[in-house]
Amino acid sequence: MSTTGGRVPASPDQDAASGTPGSATPGPGDGAVLDLRDVHRTHGSGPAAVHALRGVSLHVRPGELVAVMGPSGSGKSTLLTLAGGLDSPTAGEVRVEGQPLHALDRRGLARLRRRRIGYIFQNLNLIGSLTAVENVALPLELDGSGVRQARRLALDALTEVGLTELGDRFPDQLSGGQQQRVAIARALVGQRRLVLADEPTGALDSQTGEAVLRLLRRRVDAGAAGVLVTHEARHAAWADRVLFLRDGVTVDSTAPLAGVEALLSGSGR
Amino acid sequence: MSIRHGLLALLERGQMYGYQLRAAFEESTGSTWPLNIGQVYTTLSRLERDGLVRSLPESEAGQRPYEITDAGRTDLALWFATPISRNDRPRDELAIKLALALTTPGVDVRSVVQTQRTATMRTLQELTRLKYSSGSPDDLSWRLVLDAMVFQAEAEVRWLDHCETSLVRHRPPAPGPAPHSEAVGHSGEEARR
Repeated sequence: MSTTGGRVPASPDQDAASGTPGSATPGPGDGAVLDLRDVHRTHGSGPAAVHALRGVSLHVRPGELVAVMGPSGSGKSTLLTLAGGLDSPTAGEVRVEGQPLHALDRRGLARLRRRRIGYIFQNLNLIGSLTAVENVALPLELDGSGVRQARRLALDALTEVGLTELGDRFPDQLSGGQQQRVAIARALVGQRRLVLADEPTGALDSQTGEAVLRLLRRRVDAGAAGVLVTHEARHAAWADRVLFLRDGVTVDSTAPLAGVEALLSGSGR
Repeated sequence: MSIRHGLLALLERGQMYGYQLRAAFEESTGSTWPLNIGQVYTTLSRLERDGLVRSLPESEAGQRPYEITDAGRTDLALWFATPISRNDRPRDELAIKLALALTTPGVDVRSVVQTQRTATMRTLQELTRLKYSSGSPDDLSWRLVLDAMVFQAEAEVRWLDHCETSLVRHRPPAPGPAPHSEAVGHSGEEARR
């Protein structure tokens, strides 16, 4: 794998100093919501260096859900943190809606993450002292939305995940599946165009896990781009395309299914 | 499973003629097991020969319905009551292929594993799509048949993952005395307790 992408700062903290505008280089990821171009991520240096990713490219378009599978240590979670701007590549480039992340300063990156990127993690990170609706509204309020507007959008998102009537409960008053749905509502609230999910069905029973995937699928069918990291083939099967990682490189991927029409047409929920 | 028992089960609902049987068979297997009409008639004539069904007079439209006999009902009940033996299923070509790949010089076994995994994953995606775009979500027979295929494909992917892990860890035994013979003897002893 050759390294075609330019070097980028190793830490988001240094972004303010670089501040270079995004290059206009056309690439295969044009039109993609998420565009990883020959991305490398190395932890440490010298003989102890760990090459978590060694030249991975991935383009995810609107309406497309891509699953990433691979054994532990294959680099799949690293890929997701780079896609979400939580970490920076050692080499290569990450773009979200055409915006190279390395060209953003720290505040710009934080703003992009709040507005455009939704995360669903296995550990839900719900705030125990806030109600469901407050948890969901939080990213909007942090982003400067008025309290009433944030609450309205949060209620919309809770409705989308089927929790309209439980908005005023605290996390410890909700079942595990309901908490997971609140976390999903938080990830989907507002205009998130990129949804990143890391083993989102982790601790859930198979029925609830399936409901989670259905929600993710529905949002993607409505025009978002999604990346799902999972080790469960049954869950990866919800994706339009499955990427297999091994030792930090892509070893194979399934061809996209014909058409990206709604998987869920005809099913309730 | 045999088409025989499938047809017997359908005739237990009531008399049917060949085309009806074919349609009902495909419906109850979610069209995952297409039959041609020739197979249906061949099977019906064998069932009749064995006394498990009997043919009735042709209708005015020239269709000959069949009905199940008491012997057929007994045979069907026995089929439902008997578990399917693993030995009755076709040999697993994939397992044999991988076993041969391991011992055939010049074969990249990991690549054989990955090629299969990609193909099976693709099947799993198609099944999932079929399941959730199905216009008849309330059709339990159809859903259960699809679920069976989903679980089989999933099991195959898991087995392939397992194969890959085993391949990574595998070190061909070095020539000479086996270094772990003592440990093996020990665990064998433990197993006997």
